[in-house]
Amino acid sequence: MDEDAGSMERIFNCGAGAVVTKSIGLKPKEGYSNPTVIELEHGILNAMGLPNPGIESFGEEILKIKKLNIPIIGSIFGSNSEEFAELAKKMQNYGADALELNMSCPHAKGYGLEIGADSKLVEKIASKVKESVSIPVFVKLSSNIPDLVDIAKSAEKGGADGIVAINTVKAMKIDLELKMPVLANKIGGYSGKAIKPIGVRCVYEISKNVDIPVIGVGGVTTGEDALEYIMAGASAVQVGSAIYYRGIDVFGKICDEMKIWMKNHGYKNISELVGVAHT
Amino acid sequence: MNYPKPTKIIIAEKENADVKTFLFEYPQEIIPGQFFMIWIPGVDEIPMSVSYIKKRGVRGITFERVGDATKALFELKEGDKIGIRGPYGNGFKISGKRILFVGGGTGIAMIAPAVEEAINKKISATVILGVKSKKELFFENRLKKCGAEVHISTDDGSLGYKGLATELAKEIIAKEKFDLVLTCGPEMMMKKLYEICKNIPFQVSLERYMKCGIGICGQCCVDKGLRVCVEGPIFDGETLKSIEDFGVFKRDPSGKKVKF
Repeated sequence: MDEDAGSMERIFNCGAGAVVTKSIGLKPKEGYSNPTVIELEHGILNAMGLPNPGIESFGEEILKIKKLNIPIIGSIFGSNSEEFAELAKKMQNYGADALELNMSCPHAKGYGLEIGADSKLVEKIASKVKESVSIPVFVKLSSNIPDLVDIAKSAEKGGADGIVAINTVKAMKIDLELKMPVLANKIGGYSGKAIKPIGVRCVYEISKNVDIPVIGVGGVTTGEDALEYIMAGASAVQVGSAIYYRGIDVFGKICDEMKIWMKNHGYKNISELVGVAHT
Repeated sequence: MNYPKPTKIIIAEKENADVKTFLFEYPQEIIPGQFFMIWIPGVDEIPMSVSYIKKRGVRGITFERVGDATKALFELKEGDKIGIRGPYGNGFKISGKRILFVGGGTGIAMIAPAVEEAINKKISATVILGVKSKKELFFENRLKKCGAEVHISTDDGSLGYKGLATELAKEIIAKEKFDLVLTCGPEMMMKKLYEICKNIPFQVSLERYMKCGIGICGQCCVDKGLRVCVEGPIFDGETLKSIEDFGVFKRDPSGKKVKF
């Protein structure tokens, strides 16, 4: 979802606090051929290939959403700091409330993870974007790297206002009958409940080592999942695959479940729980 | 599970020069109007309406060779395997005493099982099959045999009524009363028909470029986030009122708007 204003409006009305757009690049991109998404036993495997209509066309979608006063985080991807900066400026001009720099897509050549594995480049892009805009800038990182904490520190050094972790986990499915990978791109990213422990670990490690807020992502399906990320140090969480598992109104359900848990355990404000697992 | 199940084609039959039917065993329950995601290994995976809902779990798809995927599919033979997942979407709601079905081009493929279900439910079925020319027609005999009143329209007049299916529909609607109109075909045809059928309950099958088929990627959304793969592909006349996209634009694989 979140490739057009209509679906973003629907997601917001289903209880999301803010909406992150599909990752947008400079030019229209069709993405990979199908199969791009399949369900596996314990999660969803996808290789979309960063499909997006390009920053020029995307303006009208954001303008529509801003008229409705829906908080919007513009996700962008580029192959170098200049591209990121150009996209960032346009997103800010359209009215995005914050930016998410996609440095973690695990299956796009020249983009995403290929950039987010290089700490110098991460710092350079973060600082270049920060110079170009005044809205908050988050950097979305992948778990598919050994030195995640160092990369997060580089983003912080570059001036990032927050870290988003994690993106999908690099994965593959081979069909036994047909003896070939099912995804057209062969390699994709795994999401859903199966990756939650990986995400929780990453958020825990990052939040311990940086002073900027962390947004947790990866398998958040219930209020309890969200609370686990928050205890690990997340100040907010993102939800994606759970739309499939629990329906599009999953956002409201998660919020309700969080409230019930907090009430039963005597908490009034979610901030009391951020990072409690660290003590 | 939404995983493309390798499935053997048990019967491959030519309907005309460019249209083929594949039958296979796929025992899930199916409502007419629902679709499969059909994986042609190594080529593509595309949404395709169910065209046969037979006994003992035999299902079918009927398609025209138009793009790379359907051209590759057309070359497959009995015994070859395709990956199938689904069925997806909501399907038609078939009720009332008298239904008019309008199938345009390959839209005829998904109209056929809906007609058969109506006949099974003892609902009287009038069917318009609209094609450009006689050689593109298929399923005429199948629908006549099941007991439907079948009308043909061809743009070039090579068979039946000479003109558009919508013009023929207008004439038939002026003479007879229907409780429901069901249609699948080119979007501009369906839009015109929708205008003609102002006061008759209406159900349309929309087609949009699809990727996931399970409501998460957002590629096929219309209006305010209505997912053609989940909330559709069948939309009723009431819902259509607010779908501004209908007959105006669709989105290409990048999400860019493309005018009809």
